[in-house]
Amino acid sequence: MLEELIIAGFGGQGVMSMGQLLTYAGMIEDKHVAWIPSYGPEMRGGTANCAVTISDREISSPVVTEPTSVIIMNQPSLEKFERVLKPGGLLIINSSLVSKKAIRNDIKVVEIAADELANERLGNTRVANIIILGAYIKLTKVVTIDSVIESLKKVLPERRHNLIPLNRQALELGAEIV
Amino acid sequence: MGKVLMKGNEAVAEAAVLGGCKYFFGYPITPQNEIPEYMARRLPEVGGTFLQAESEISAINMVFGASGSGARVMTSSSGPGISLKQEGISYLAGAELPCVIVNMVRGGPGLGNIGPAQSDYFQATRGGGHGDYRLIVFGPASVQELVDVTIEAFELADRYRSPVMILGDGILGQMMEPVEFKTAKIKEGPDKPWATTGAKGRKRNLITSLYIVPEELEKHCLKLKAKYDEISANEKRYESYFTDDAEIVLAAYGTTARICKAVVDRAREDGIKAGLIRPVTLWPFPDRPFNEAADYARAFLTVEMSNGQMVDDVRLAVNGKKPVYFYGRTGGIVPSKAEIYAEVRKILEGGAR
Amino acid sequence: MEKVFTRPKSMTDKPMHFCPGCTHGVIQRLVAEVIDELGIQEDTIAVGPVGCAVFCYDYWDVDFHQASHGRAPAVATGVKRVHPDKVVFTLQGDGDIAAIGTTEIIHAAARGEKITCLFVNNSIYGMTGGQMAPTSVLSQKTTTTPAGRDKNQIGYPVKLTEMLAVLDGTAYCARVSVHNPANILKAKEVIRKAFEVQLNKEGFSLVEILSTCPTNWGLPPVEAVKWLENNMIPCFPLGEYKVAGEVQR
Repeated sequence: MLEELIIAGFGGQGVMSMGQLLTYAGMIEDKHVAWIPSYGPEMRGGTANCAVTISDREISSPVVTEPTSVIIMNQPSLEKFERVLKPGGLLIINSSLVSKKAIRNDIKVVEIAADELANERLGNTRVANIIILGAYIKLTKVVTIDSVIESLKKVLPERRHNLIPLNRQALELGAEIV
Repeated sequence: MGKVLMKGNEAVAEAAVLGGCKYFFGYPITPQNEIPEYMARRLPEVGGTFLQAESEISAINMVFGASGSGARVMTSSSGPGISLKQEGISYLAGAELPCVIVNMVRGGPGLGNIGPAQSDYFQATRGGGHGDYRLIVFGPASVQELVDVTIEAFELADRYRSPVMILGDGILGQMMEPVEFKTAKIKEGPDKPWATTGAKGRKRNLITSLYIVPEELEKHCLKLKAKYDEISANEKRYESYFTDDAEIVLAAYGTTARICKAVVDRAREDGIKAGLIRPVTLWPFPDRPFNEAADYARAFLTVEMSNGQMVDDVRLAVNGKKPVYFYGRTGGIVPSKAEIYAEVRKILEGGAR
Repeated sequence: MEKVFTRPKSMTDKPMHFCPGCTHGVIQRLVAEVIDELGIQEDTIAVGPVGCAVFCYDYWDVDFHQASHGRAPAVATGVKRVHPDKVVFTLQGDGDIAAIGTTEIIHAAARGEKITCLFVNNSIYGMTGGQMAPTSVLSQKTTTTPAGRDKNQIGYPVKLTEMLAVLDGTAYCARVSVHNPANILKAKEVIRKAFEVQLNKEGFSLVEILSTCPTNWGLPPVEAVKWLENNMIPCFPLGEYKVAGEVQR
């Protein structure tokens, strides 16, 4: 198994933390993992992305240029990353924020209106990214939802642990709708 | 201690602390700011001192003072900042003072940009500043290796009384990978009878690189040369990856070596006998494995994030036995697996001798 | 017979390289006397400059760092942070401290670095052969201002002690001269005070010491003393500029 994921959106959407959470979960499961952010001026308000590699073998290259999956959280990122996705790869689009459609037909496209779902079903749009993460995990099975929860316990400071049940709901909701 | 997920920049800082680094002097520059920030939090916990200097020039001279005073000390920067430190590094080498310098290389020349690059290879491996000296230079390729060589760097710096440079790149600094800190206890440096500690009950110690009489300076330079010869004989490190039967041997270090590993994997899947020699020390350069591979490989391909710097060392090592090709991207662009693989195929199909 | 004058303990017996009539040797001796009187020879780490005082380590018998040009305050910072209980001082010329090393001295002072900087101002570059210094006075002829220092072309001398006095990190700074016996005695008193400020951990201290350079001024030693009095002191008034953290003038 070699999963190479790019997550892309605007800075502030939780793109980086989604990737870190997934990476952490992979590490908990004793998989080989790596996380690389785009960094620099583009972080400031512009488009941000990160690459996550999860593998059951040692990772040769953590630099992802032909991802097996792409998660798109804004329109400019769709244009940039749809074309580099491997044939047969998985493209998840947050359709609450991206009105355009994917144009390739040699890939699997999943559209999730994550912001609406987060608002209507969970009353909190800030977990939109976590809903998408839940869907991604269900579709790829790279890690388990339990590992993600375990990671949250590690990366969140104690005083934020009250947010864990909401995140679990979001992950499960994402898994349920795909 | 189990594995933890850390950014390269934070991992190198923690490794330095475990390696016994008590003092850090630095000046902000992207993409290495997590190192001074980490040190600012961490060093006070171990009774050390972090100080943000007014410039890279001041920072390296504070390193000079602290090192001459017997402490394990580090500074870090990137491209332009490392250029500013060069005078100080020359003085450190001349006065035979140990320290560790991290360069998370960014795109150059000039202000360039903050993207990952390997364009400071010449500067690092040829000395960098004025005068006839060398640095021990590591080019780690993973966060774990970054940690391991950083801890070792402090030992080597003290053993050889020499500055040691860790040559990373923007990706290595920003990347998160699981790391294990194999050292449970914070290391301590050796006794340094030459350090300035106040001349109590002994003759005074003088830290200097000034030898005004030519015969004396020549003697000093020859002493340095003998030290560099000893380092060359003892400290060359590299990794060979599928080179035993390789028709084409890739040469790369750092992040680029990781990509080349993936290219080797891909080539092998396609039945192409590719291999990789990955120097871990860039100086001293591990020339032997290249020279040996030149007896059976058809060609070499050096891949760098530069216009071609390490390729000179590969050519010297191969010594004309086989052609050495070069592929590079610059300006903060990372070469892709596909590009490098295409280059491999081109060389083999072009019937390299 | 009672011995009334001898070489200070913290001075070596190496003959000095300074030119005839240069007052640099006096300054080195005064510092050695202060080190002896304070009983800090074994607790002192000195940092030397690049310039005429580059060989000052030959004459002081204390632990010593030879710094690069202008960077002595940064080197001293590194030393002091490792050995906060030692006495750390720099000796620097005008080019070293007030031209190439301006950044280092200002920030060492601003940090309140508990070091002492001794600044020998002879208004010229001596070691390199008489070029203009940041402290060359207006109309002063040097090899790079052959028609005299012209304020319209190259501006004005740097008054470092005045500049540093306003910084909160500076606990003590003063300007003295060593061109005659009365001033030499006063200079020693001030140097001692600067070291005491450091010993009391009050903050940064600096003493600017006006000094002669007969060779590069092109004057006989006695004339050089007069030149200092007539040209340097009006431009660089003597006195204490900061005492106990209070600006004096």
